[in-house]
Amino acid sequence: MIEIRNLSKLYDGVAAVQDVSLTVERGQIAALVGTSGSGKTTLLRMINRLVEPTSGQVLIEGKGTRLLPSHLLRRRIGYAIQGHGLFPHRTVGQNIAIVPRLLGWSAEQIRDRVDELLALFQLDPVAFRDRMPHELSGGQQQRVGVARALAARPDLLLMDEPFGALDPVIRAKAQDDLRQIQRQLGTTLILVTHDMEEAVSLGDRIAVMDKGRLVQYAPPAEILTAPATPFVRDLIGSDQRPFHLLSLTPVHAIATEGKAEGAPLRREATLRDALAECLWSGRDVLPLEGGGVVTLAALRAEAAPLARAAE
Amino acid sequence: MTGRLLLLAAALFLLAFLVSPGSFAWIFQTFTRNNAPAIYTQTPLWSLTLSHLALVALAVLASTCVALVLAVLVTRPPGREFLPLARTITSVGQTFPPVAVLALAVPVMGFGAGPTLVALFLYGLLPVFENALAGLTGQPPSVAEAAQGMGLTPRQRLWQVDLPLALPVILTGMRLTAVISLGTATIGSTVAARTLGEVIIAGLLSSNTAFVLQGGMVVGIIAVLIHEGFQALERIVARRTGLNR
Repeated sequence: MIEIRNLSKLYDGVAAVQDVSLTVERGQIAALVGTSGSGKTTLLRMINRLVEPTSGQVLIEGKGTRLLPSHLLRRRIGYAIQGHGLFPHRTVGQNIAIVPRLLGWSAEQIRDRVDELLALFQLDPVAFRDRMPHELSGGQQQRVGVARALAARPDLLLMDEPFGALDPVIRAKAQDDLRQIQRQLGTTLILVTHDMEEAVSLGDRIAVMDKGRLVQYAPPAEILTAPATPFVRDLIGSDQRPFHLLSLTPVHAIATEGKAEGAPLRREATLRDALAECLWSGRDVLPLEGGGVVTLAALRAEAAPLARAAE
Repeated sequence: MTGRLLLLAAALFLLAFLVSPGSFAWIFQTFTRNNAPAIYTQTPLWSLTLSHLALVALAVLASTCVALVLAVLVTRPPGREFLPLARTITSVGQTFPPVAVLALAVPVMGFGAGPTLVALFLYGLLPVFENALAGLTGQPPSVAEAAQGMGLTPRQRLWQVDLPLALPVILTGMRLTAVISLGTATIGSTVAARTLGEVIIAGLLSSNTAFVLQGGMVVGIIAVLIHEGFQALERIVARRTGLNR
């Protein structure tokens, strides 16, 4: 569990982050969103003390982060950034091994861990271990960057726009993989992004920052349906609200009995996928794999939470 | 490929000339007058070449060490305010004419290799310093950020990231310094340092163009060889650091 208590950072008397408090439960994903200059990156960097807070404290599992020298603290916290930051003069394997080496793991342990992580990120260890970073594609570099951040089995992983440099197709895949791996490992994850869609699809909770202050910290559905301020509403964008909302729920959650024609939908597909399929194929009812149907009417009801609340 | 063959030919020619200068007398004969000797024989050319190279190597090593330490110090947070001072010192070292350094150093150190060494050392500081500075500050920002974020200490960052990534550029600085020093070292012979300048000066004093030519030629060929050698090394190192595709 990560507790941020009344954290502030002043630069020459001007607050970049002002009195922010929030708690991230173990194994959860918190997405920090906001416009540039909102203080989200500064907040993230105060957690591993790349930026020293002016006041307030950060507790990891109840222990203050100031108790340790900063470099020892950082070895316990995974850190992945935009543009991956792989060491260009080290092989993929050596890059992943950096923190384990700093922590004094044995050569054998390190080798096993490197191979394990490469396999986890769907990179063949034999083929990739000894390659140089510049020989990889952007998506592969990014995966190695995240693998490196996870190398020493940190309980907490910090990510600053980790997918910012990727093209949309690879980004969607990278987000899926991250979600899956995070669930599998149970790592607590705090992620900075300016992409609301990324925040909604990855975050268990979203923290919206504006001018250094935390204006709302809530699950995505609440951020979408009950924005705390006009700023939060603008950040979501009124044209995207229903689609973000639909993307939160898998189709099997609103499936009803019945039969329908046409190609069936995956059960894990989101309502957003279902709506897109309805619109595209001109159908009102979609069958699901393994039985049941989803109706366009049900989708419409889900996408209109305010109307639903009024009923 | 032709470039390599030419280099090989130049190297072989130089070697042959140094081992047996007398065999090449017929070439230089045309540049002498009044039956003056065509080949300098007071001191064997190979011995002059060796001491010339030793002097340059020593000077390059010394200026590299000092300039590198200086560049590292002024790129660490506590030393950053000394950057302008270090720049001034190395620039003055470069602008102050080596001849003047010799003139000032001889009364203190006496004749011989010492004053030349000082002149070359000062003259060679700037290229290494400026290149090391560029190399140490020019790495991708995300790499520095990641290194710090993963918990490398400042010292680990210097040895494991900053210096390895700066190495190709530092080598470029050493190459410039080595080539400049190779030519400049010849003036050391005006204050009795044993360099190939001895041959050139002897030629100038006795109006013997052949001496001037053979001294200049040996220095020139060595300079080209060292230049190419360094460049090959830089390419290998750059490829290894993964900075050049």
